[in-house]
Amino acid sequence: MGQHVLLIEDEPNIAEAIRFVLARDGWQVSVLADGALAVAEVSRLRPDLVILDLMLPGKSGLEIVAQLRAAPGTQSLPVMMLTAKGLARDRDAALAAGVSVFITKPFANADIVAQARAMVGL
Amino acid sequence: MPGTALTGSRIREQRSQQGLRQADLALQAGISASYLNLIEHNRRRVTGDVLARLAQALGLAVDVLEAGAQGALVEDLRSAAAAADSDVELDRLEEFAGRYPGWAGLVAAQYRRGAVLERSVEALNDRMTHDPHLSATLHEVLSALSSVRATAGILAETEDLEAGQRARFQGNLQQDAERLAVSAGALVAYLDGSERPNEGTTAPQEELEAWLAVWGWHLGDVEAGNATALEAEILGLPSPGARVLARAWVGQAVRDAKALPLAAFLAALVEFGPDPALLAQRFQVGMLVVFRRLAMLPGFRFGLVVCDGSGTVTYRKPIDGFMVPRFGAACPLWPIYTALSRPMSAVSALVEMAGRVPQRFGVRAFCQVTQAGEFGGMELREAAMLIWPEAGGDATALAVGSTCRVCARGGCAARREPSILAEGV
Repeated sequence: MGQHVLLIEDEPNIAEAIRFVLARDGWQVSVLADGALAVAEVSRLRPDLVILDLMLPGKSGLEIVAQLRAAPGTQSLPVMMLTAKGLARDRDAALAAGVSVFITKPFANADIVAQARAMVGL
Repeated sequence: MPGTALTGSRIREQRSQQGLRQADLALQAGISASYLNLIEHNRRRVTGDVLARLAQALGLAVDVLEAGAQGALVEDLRSAAAAADSDVELDRLEEFAGRYPGWAGLVAAQYRRGAVLERSVEALNDRMTHDPHLSATLHEVLSALSSVRATAGILAETEDLEAGQRARFQGNLQQDAERLAVSAGALVAYLDGSERPNEGTTAPQEELEAWLAVWGWHLGDVEAGNATALEAEILGLPSPGARVLARAWVGQAVRDAKALPLAAFLAALVEFGPDPALLAQRFQVGMLVVFRRLAMLPGFRFGLVVCDGSGTVTYRKPIDGFMVPRFGAACPLWPIYTALSRPMSAVSALVEMAGRVPQRFGVRAFCQVTQAGEFGGMELREAAMLIWPEAGGDATALAVGSTCRVCARGGCAARREPSILAEGV
């Protein structure tokens, strides 16, 4: 079985597309739409990678990353953030919160796959 | 008269010649010593009743102290020089204003126009950054576009896609293309609307606030009972909506000044302190009149927020560190909303505004109810909140923000939408 990625994205069609391209690349993909459940799901599923949106219902992507970075087991978990907010200050805020890679929407599928692979050392 | 033409300097000169201390003259004139200090250093304009009482205390005629039109012009030129931070011949300001009054007037007018335009640019910048409608529409466009791009990529690049999956992604593509069309249309309509005359960079309320800020939130002509002198200034406001709001504001300010004349109000402040209830009882006026007068007082740093019965902010006088959103609803935890739900009850609180460096403020809020028309007719509510910096010692402060979208407080029970900011996370 391939690497496990938890995708946290509230736009169902985007989530479906990302799930498809990553699954085709050999990833085991879990999808979550609610930010409020994110940290608990990371603890339960223990994924190798988290891909999440910045603006999520329940809890913002930055809050989730900050909580993951504060918890002992997920301090170094690779996190890729997708966002429609591409300003330099948004990128800086995301990186300051502990995001590993920041990708601006609209993205290319190939970039998501390439970045995901690089982040887990494939 | 020898020396400077500025009223404040003349007062200082006369007081010194008579061997009076600031505190003595202030007492005789019924104003605070700190306010007299600001006047003497030409940091507050002095007109009307206060000037008359200062002249009387000094045993002089008012016109001996009055700077006149040239003095006002010199003050404006001095402000222009200070704002430009340029190396001008400050010691020859009066000579310039006297010899070339037309050019000097033009410089002063350009300075004031520049200040209004700067406020407009700030407002436009703020709108681009924080306008929730623009931000939400752009987000919707980019989200739909992302979905279209990702799905189209799958359809174009996956040769062995199963028929069921192909149909499903084609359905998603159709759905997102329609969504993209609707959101792009909404964005175009919004931007088109922004280009209409008088609806561009600022809303009428913002124009009014920019106009009042240029005056330092204190209109000397109102205190002097000469509101008609402001009509020419009001006509200079860009939009008809702002002119309507400015006339209404000036009208209200005139009524407030009549009910609470500046000198008497300042004297009462010395006696009672800035307690709105005591001041309202002293002058037999409504609480909101006192709130407005306190906020518009020269030399005092009170911020003021006013809202209507829907909670919409209808007026704001800013205070450093207490962020009042320009668009959309404010933080629901603000005590002004507590007051709105409890008309005619005094609400006091110590609040801490979220931000990179949280700041504490004392606030007092009150909601007044008026009846429009006949008995049983429309009930109108208006609430106001006075704000001032207050450390508060070890007291627990109510944690508040500006508006949810730009507030990063975690675990807030009153949050209505996610934040886009990183502070505090």
